[in-house]
Amino acid sequence: MNYIPTREEIIADHDNVVYERTCLLTDNPLSYCPGCGHGTAHRLIMEVVEEMNLQADTIGVAPVGCSVLAYDFMNIDMQQAAHGRAPAVATGIKRLMPDKFVFTYQGDGDLAAIGTGETLHACNRGENITIFFVNNGIYGMTGGQMAPTTLPNMKTATSPYGRDVETMGYPLKITELIAMLPGTYFVSRQSVHTPANVRKAKKAIEKAIQYQKLNKGLCFVEIVSNCNSGWKMTPEQSNKWMEENMFPYYPLGDIKVPKEK
Amino acid sequence: MKDIRLMKGNEAIAEGVIRAGCDGYFGYPITPQSEVLEYLMATKTKERTGMITLQAESEIASIHMVYGGAACGKRVMTSSSSPGISLMQEGISFMAGTELPCLLLNVVRGGPGLGTIQPSQSDYFQAVKGGGHGDYKMIVLAPASVQEMYDFAKLGFELAFKHRIQVMVLSDGAIGQMMEKVELDEQIQRLTDAEIKQKYPWATTGKTPDRERNIITSLDLNPVKQEIININLQKKFKHIEQTEVRFERIMCDDAEYLFVAYGSSARICQKAVLLGRERGIKVGLLRPITLFPYPSKELAKLAKQVKGMLSVEMSAGQMVEDVRLSVNGAVPVEHYGRLGGIMPAPDEVLNVLENKFIRLSVNTPRLCLGIKKIL
Amino acid sequence: MATVKGEIVVNTERCKGCELCVPVCKEKTIKMSGNLNSKGYHFATSINDDCNGCTNCALVCPDGAITVYRVKLKEEKVN
Repeated sequence: MNYIPTREEIIADHDNVVYERTCLLTDNPLSYCPGCGHGTAHRLIMEVVEEMNLQADTIGVAPVGCSVLAYDFMNIDMQQAAHGRAPAVATGIKRLMPDKFVFTYQGDGDLAAIGTGETLHACNRGENITIFFVNNGIYGMTGGQMAPTTLPNMKTATSPYGRDVETMGYPLKITELIAMLPGTYFVSRQSVHTPANVRKAKKAIEKAIQYQKLNKGLCFVEIVSNCNSGWKMTPEQSNKWMEENMFPYYPLGDIKVPKEK
Repeated sequence: MKDIRLMKGNEAIAEGVIRAGCDGYFGYPITPQSEVLEYLMATKTKERTGMITLQAESEIASIHMVYGGAACGKRVMTSSSSPGISLMQEGISFMAGTELPCLLLNVVRGGPGLGTIQPSQSDYFQAVKGGGHGDYKMIVLAPASVQEMYDFAKLGFELAFKHRIQVMVLSDGAIGQMMEKVELDEQIQRLTDAEIKQKYPWATTGKTPDRERNIITSLDLNPVKQEIININLQKKFKHIEQTEVRFERIMCDDAEYLFVAYGSSARICQKAVLLGRERGIKVGLLRPITLFPYPSKELAKLAKQVKGMLSVEMSAGQMVEDVRLSVNGAVPVEHYGRLGGIMPAPDEVLNVLENKFIRLSVNTPRLCLGIKKIL
Repeated sequence: MATVKGEIVVNTERCKGCELCVPVCKEKTIKMSGNLNSKGYHFATSINDDCNGCTNCALVCPDGAITVYRVKLKEEKVN
């Protein structure tokens, strides 16, 4: 008969910990809505930065959007960029501090609407930075307006009768677009709504950070995420809706991987 | 013996920033200042001093690249001309809110809109009163020669880092394009990353165990904190107004009338002063070198001595308001300016002074009379 | 006979009651507590002893509120 230790005995010994919150997240409570993927994405990125011992060499750039307060949660040096301009800010940092690990963390409105120019040109120049792109098909911070990645017929505060592609155009597949540019080196699309996807997302994040050291070009990880408040669903419903609606349009997986092994 | 060269204004400031230990230039072509970027590319700054020169996809991208570099404590610069500087206003406001030092050059061209590529001074308000959103000021230096275009590179960076503020060199198409003799001085070494980390502890140089993380942000959703931030900014601007005013007095000691003019207009007025003296008119010139902080005290002092001031600027009248504010009604202040990129002639300017303050002189050029009707 | 035993510790103040941990727990160990935290959220809590420390719940928790422990059960002679 195995001896079964009590709960108190198990949790008394820190060696028994198999998973805990990374110390590179600050103690500040996350400002994100209950169930929002931003928190998970933050955690995975900081886990990798911690595991690769890069805290002293990392400079992050936060956007305008729900994650504008990312610097309150990520325990690294960070700059807050004007809406859409994070890739340019990161270019300035990396060009002048080439041995630092530089990343931007942006939403779909920031990266694929106002910041499209900066995104395309940072990718086209092959800046040796890493872009983390959280795509939830909506402008969350400002209250759920239509974004370039909003799906056809999807209702939002500014497409209350559903996005009509005739007048409002089609969802912008920015990730496929930048993957075509020679300047991008590693491009992947992940999600963080199931344990399996979290593990895959973390691997992609690890690659995107390791590859930056090779100075072979821009690494880009899109994280398709839910926005339960903006979509007006419970967190669990939003993840289900995401699988049924977002993933067909934004298929998960590596889109561009370096050839040579 | 100092290194002396014949250079364009735009080239002189490019050489100036290299020698001032600049770390990075991010810019975009626009007439009449593309030579800055061209010169930096041609001279291969990376090989000379390790300085990075990058052409961005837009002026907007340029100013935000500057933001990124400045927040790391690096000496960074961008340059453009009027329409491009308009595009940079949000970025400049962000740098004001985060107190980031940088050097900006506006080689002003005629506006509004696409305007012209000819010289103008119609961006004065935008530069001096804060062209972006929010309460903020920049230090604005007005070069009147190619030598000053060169000198203001080093001065600009010193002031920027001394006060953690943006410094704009407000030039114009004439000064940017004209060639003059320039005395160049010694190369200043760029700071190493270690020196930056030590000198500028606020910079995002990477969170090492010895300190908390550095955050460069202009956001504070708590109005109480945001007000404090604003109050501290205003204190800084007050301090700069008390300590960093620069101007040049030309034949003012016995002046009965005064031109007030900066940049190209100051050069024209300098000649007009000599012409006036030949006609027996005791006129002098006060040339503001810093447009912010403005030499208000000096003008108030001169207002007790002269009978009238003519503010001469290539615009419909912007700096004239600051002259009036400075003298506060103590003496009449008039404006004269040509628009659309036309530069006035010295005698034209002198005649206007005579007409407005002394008598209607017979030889006022006909064209001038036409202009007067419009204004 | 179980060879491992897991425990989870939920930071009840950090938890926002989003319930994303509930469906991913194969052992159906987690449910929202009847109590509220200081922000008024029902926080997650373990309701049985079946946890095997698989970390699924912690992986998907957006607020990183769950710490997971796991021990291998040792053979012990019964005297």
